[in-house]
Amino acid sequence: MRMNPFAPPRLSLRFVPIWRRHFLVWKKVAATSILGHLADPVIYMLGLGYGLGSLLPQMEGTSYLLFLAGGTVCYSTMNSASFEALYSGFSRMHEQRTWDAILNTPVTLDDVVLAEILWSASKSLMAGAAVLLVIWLLGLSHTWLSLWTIPLALLVGLCFASLGLIITALAPSYDFFMYYFTLVITPMMLLCGVFFPVTQLPPVLQTVSAILPLSHAVDIARPLLNGALPSHAVLHVAVLLGYTLAGFYVSLVLFRRRLSR
Amino acid sequence: MSAVISAQNLHKSYAGQEVVNGVSITIHKGECYGLLGPNGAGKTTTLRLLLGLIDPDGGELRLLDHAVPRHAREARLRVGVVPQMDNLDPDFSVAENLLVYGRYFGMKDSEIEARIPALLEFANLIHKRDAKIPTLSGGMKRRLTLARALVNDPEIIFLDEPTTGLDPQARHLIWQRLRELTAQGKTLLLTTHFMDEAERLCHRLAILDQGRMIAQDTPQALIAQHIEPQVVEVFGERVPQWAQQHAAQYAQRFEVSGETAFCYVSDAQPLLAHLRGHGALRYLHRPANLEDVFLKLTGREMRE
Ligand SMILES: Nc1ncnc2c1ncn2[C@@H]1O[C@H](COP(=O)(O)OP(=O)(O)OP(=O)(O)O)[C@@H](O)[C@H]1O
Ligand SMILES: [Mg+2]
Repeated sequence: MRMNPFAPPRLSLRFVPIWRRHFLVWKKVAATSILGHLADPVIYMLGLGYGLGSLLPQMEGTSYLLFLAGGTVCYSTMNSASFEALYSGFSRMHEQRTWDAILNTPVTLDDVVLAEILWSASKSLMAGAAVLLVIWLLGLSHTWLSLWTIPLALLVGLCFASLGLIITALAPSYDFFMYYFTLVITPMMLLCGVFFPVTQLPPVLQTVSAILPLSHAVDIARPLLNGALPSHAVLHVAVLLGYTLAGFYVSLVLFRRRLSR
Repeated sequence: MSAVISAQNLHKSYAGQEVVNGVSITIHKGECYGLLGPNGAGKTTTLRLLLGLIDPDGGELRLLDHAVPRHAREARLRVGVVPQMDNLDPDFSVAENLLVYGRYFGMKDSEIEARIPALLEFANLIHKRDAKIPTLSGGMKRRLTLARALVNDPEIIFLDEPTTGLDPQARHLIWQRLRELTAQGKTLLLTTHFMDEAERLCHRLAILDQGRMIAQDTPQALIAQHIEPQVVEVFGERVPQWAQQHAAQYAQRFEVSGETAFCYVSDAQPLLAHLRGHGALRYLHRPANLEDVFLKLTGREMRE
């Protein structure tokens, strides 16, 4: 009789109209959103890149600016998906009661959660494409291999959307998200080789870094922008996928416990 | 007559508190069925259980021949819902709200577009087609929510307090629309705090109190069964003293609430004659109504 909250996700194409709803809302603010996606990497890369870059020698065999670009692709996509899954997701679930409206129709919570993840990842895809455009416009990377950062942006988006939704499912209010950004996202940014090589960290932190998803994304992105194939690409992709699936499952169980009881 | 909604011995508790406690309801096709009850009685929870949105702790549920919650999704294909709290999409126009909502039912855009004019007409919102939601009045939002619930041409419509917070004109318009839906053969399940609304619209109704169903019947039968046919309300500062001395003599049953005495009688004439001789007291003589039944069964104290 009772529904089992631990049941595996039941996937269907019913997420499509929900994704289209989010897209239609986005379309209304598309111009500002795209400007934001472009401005963020420009500010980072120009500010940090030229500032620090003039002080720093070559880093891992490239200019600091290109080194930073590889980190920025990942960091920017991580941020996009995280903000969407946390703040906008919470607004749709709690403030605006959009989920309540949708759940009265023949869709299930599984469809709604899947749509949130795919939509947040779509935002990451846009953010990633914007960073790549900036990288090209600044003349930093000249290789077709750099195009692979676009599917990577999607994967990073899926991963951080899924992880972010765990927090959304647990959050009593928006204030809760501060902890996640301060205790998870910021350390992740500092530990995962976005601004400086992981080898600069003490060994213990290097071990921590190795299990964090963002390092695996950076390890794929950086060589690609340099025109090289990443080593251990399969492993890195597998780790990101693993986090995605685990995050999806855990967040779904938490949402079922929060909303279906 | 076939049952389109049925619940047997439904149970649901939150934090050890029985919020729905052994409720059984059977609703037939074409009926307008009302759920009445004070705040916190469990009305919304009962609707959410019937829709398969939350898990019951016990009981058997069927909605349109589907077992709920297991197959609630399939059943909801043919159901429309007007929730207690408006949850229209504030970023969208009136028409976009309908379009986007129809898609959740798997409808094609062309199919939805074809229905939108009739839905807007039904909701008296034709001229608001492109208006943004925050610019609508409370009554317009409620009508749009009703139109949205009809986008899939449902057989059953769940309405959770459809007229709360509306002015009399807006309420009358909603009532008229709900009667039209009943006339089309739709089944309606609605909750309300307005006894006149329930008495006018509902073929049958149930009164819930603290999760239990304490009465269920047609409005007329409930009045006939639970209460004397006439009511005399007596007002004035001296009412408490008057009631203590005289009320029991003239009324089969009476209740004093503040400066009003409610006297329930089969024959009001002796009481009225007595009151006419008592210049200081004002009074109102009227037939008993559903509110009297409700107050008798659920008491006059606040529940929350
Ligand atoms: N998800 C929940 N968690 C905990 N308690 C809940 C939950 N949902 C409802 N309740 C409690 O269950 C009781 C019944 O709530 P319900 O919303 O069903 O009442 P209602 O009859 O619809 O009231 P109202 O007329 O105020 O809308 C209330 O005491 C409410 O606080
Ligand atoms: Mg309610």
